[in-house]
Amino acid sequence: MTRPTPGGPSPAASGSATHETPADGSAAGPVIGAAAVSVRLGERRVLDRVDLSVRPGEWLAVVGPNGAGKSTLLKAVMGLLAHDGEITLGGRPAGALRPRDRARLVAYAPQTPALPPDMTVFDYALLGRTPYIPYLGRESHRDREITASVLDRLDLTGLAARRAGELSGGERQRAVLARALAQQAPVLLLDEPTTALDLGHQQQVLELVDRLRLADGLTVVTTLHDLTLAGQYADTLLLLADGRVAAAGRPAEVLTEDLVGRHFGAGVKVQPGPDGRPVVHLVRGGPTA
Amino acid sequence: MIAGLLGGAADISPGQVVLQALDWLPLVDLHSGLAPVEQGLLYEIRLPRVLLAAVVGGLLAVAGAGYQGVFRNPLADPYLLGAAAGAGLTATVVIVLVPAGVVAVPVAAFAGAFGGVLLAYALGNTAGRSGGTATLVLAGVAVTSFLTAIQSFIQQFKVEELQRIYSWIMGDVSGGWEQVRLVLPYAAVSSVLLLLHGRMLDVLSVGDEEATSLGVRAGRVRLAVLLAASLATAAAVAVSGLIGFVGIVIPHVARRLAGGSYRIVLPLSLLGGAAFLVLADVVARTVIAPAELPIGVVTMFVGAPFFVGVLRMTRRSAP
Repeated sequence: MTRPTPGGPSPAASGSATHETPADGSAAGPVIGAAAVSVRLGERRVLDRVDLSVRPGEWLAVVGPNGAGKSTLLKAVMGLLAHDGEITLGGRPAGALRPRDRARLVAYAPQTPALPPDMTVFDYALLGRTPYIPYLGRESHRDREITASVLDRLDLTGLAARRAGELSGGERQRAVLARALAQQAPVLLLDEPTTALDLGHQQQVLELVDRLRLADGLTVVTTLHDLTLAGQYADTLLLLADGRVAAAGRPAEVLTEDLVGRHFGAGVKVQPGPDGRPVVHLVRGGPTA
Repeated sequence: MIAGLLGGAADISPGQVVLQALDWLPLVDLHSGLAPVEQGLLYEIRLPRVLLAAVVGGLLAVAGAGYQGVFRNPLADPYLLGAAAGAGLTATVVIVLVPAGVVAVPVAAFAGAFGGVLLAYALGNTAGRSGGTATLVLAGVAVTSFLTAIQSFIQQFKVEELQRIYSWIMGDVSGGWEQVRLVLPYAAVSSVLLLLHGRMLDVLSVGDEEATSLGVRAGRVRLAVLLAASLATAAAVAVSGLIGFVGIVIPHVARRLAGGSYRIVLPLSLLGGAAFLVLADVVARTVIAPAELPIGVVTMFVGAPFFVGVLRMTRRSAP
């Protein structure tokens, strides 16, 4: 398991050090860096000077109450939203990357991905090859091979010719993962990958992401609303509240009864699970109990 | 294109025989050597007519498929963005001002169609800064109503020209070789451009955010396809008047038959549209022979019920 280096600086502190590292990001520097990133939607500040630093191979889970700015942070990193502050990808300023180069570096799956109902699973996954195909060109034989091998890894080969509209929730999520993996980007940004999945499928998807990132050395950033799941799978948690970083660090440092109680307005009990990672329980009677 | 023409023509000839009307359309047979006297007439009038119908039908259908891809809306069609209203207005103005100006009408219609689209696009972009598709459609509706109102206004003052305006609005593909030559370069450029964008339209179909995350500049792709589709529409409208519903009906049939990928839907729409309009033209010429029905009446007669059917179906399968 990749862990943050013991005694390492907090993400907020290390974020400012990212600017001078022109390296490709695979060596020492953070693969994603954010310094004082703010996003305004109308009058509202959805993100307020957020700092972020994600090391290569790390799994960062962004947690926080509804409306805290979790998805906004992912979108800002992906370059989908106008923002203040600086974001670096692979050690380079994100704004200086051409869209295609950015897409080869970071793959993104939104919370509710739109799967065109008439498109086959194979054609959908093939869309992940877009950053490698010339604007008006056709995909190469190799693009199809890579797509086929990704489908194979995700046990989707049997569904390759199936129309996306006919997939179950778990199959849809795997198809979206396949599309993201076909992009062959070293960083995966997954916005609530377990939304609308039952317990077994949640586990299946997260185990899959975990296996893939260990096998391929991927860096993973997910938003997750289930705190226990986030604590189980992620190396590092970033707790957002009202658009600000409320806490960041190892799961046990972030998932404390005090922090969760304060920022979620919930009465919880946190206990170490079998592997020592925190398990968050809701306590009947509400936050006043 | 040629396949669409032959397919259309081949489909028709048995129908012709059954109807026992004037044997207008066994073109293929005639060219293989028969019927010496009528050959000149066929070459001068019927062949260009079939060709024009094929080109116009193909253009309208492929433009419709393009618009549907850009707007991710199954009901988008070539006239959505004010193209028809713009063409209708300028054509009416020309018909009124230049009583004998047969040549000027297509040119004016072309300019009007393009102008209408540009106006709608500019309006949609200033109204919704994000350039979302919904604002663009609304802008198109606004431009269409406005231009149509002006056109009706002019029409009221020139009742004596009503017949000409009316017949142009209802659509006509009997323009002859001159019109075929006029439309062909635009048809070639616009349809090649549209066909090349098939894969990009597939990427757009996952939504702007995901398309952007895949390294595609969604706004640029949309603009390129809009321009190509509007060029196709303008070219078609210029030589044939307003022929409704081809742009909706044909892409839907193509989608039903061949799945959702625009890489197949676009070329299939081109061919299907060509075949459909050749067929519609035959119906228009034969149903009340020796008189002719405006071709727009035929396409709308088929198109309107189909439109309702699509509406019902999309509502049922809406996520």
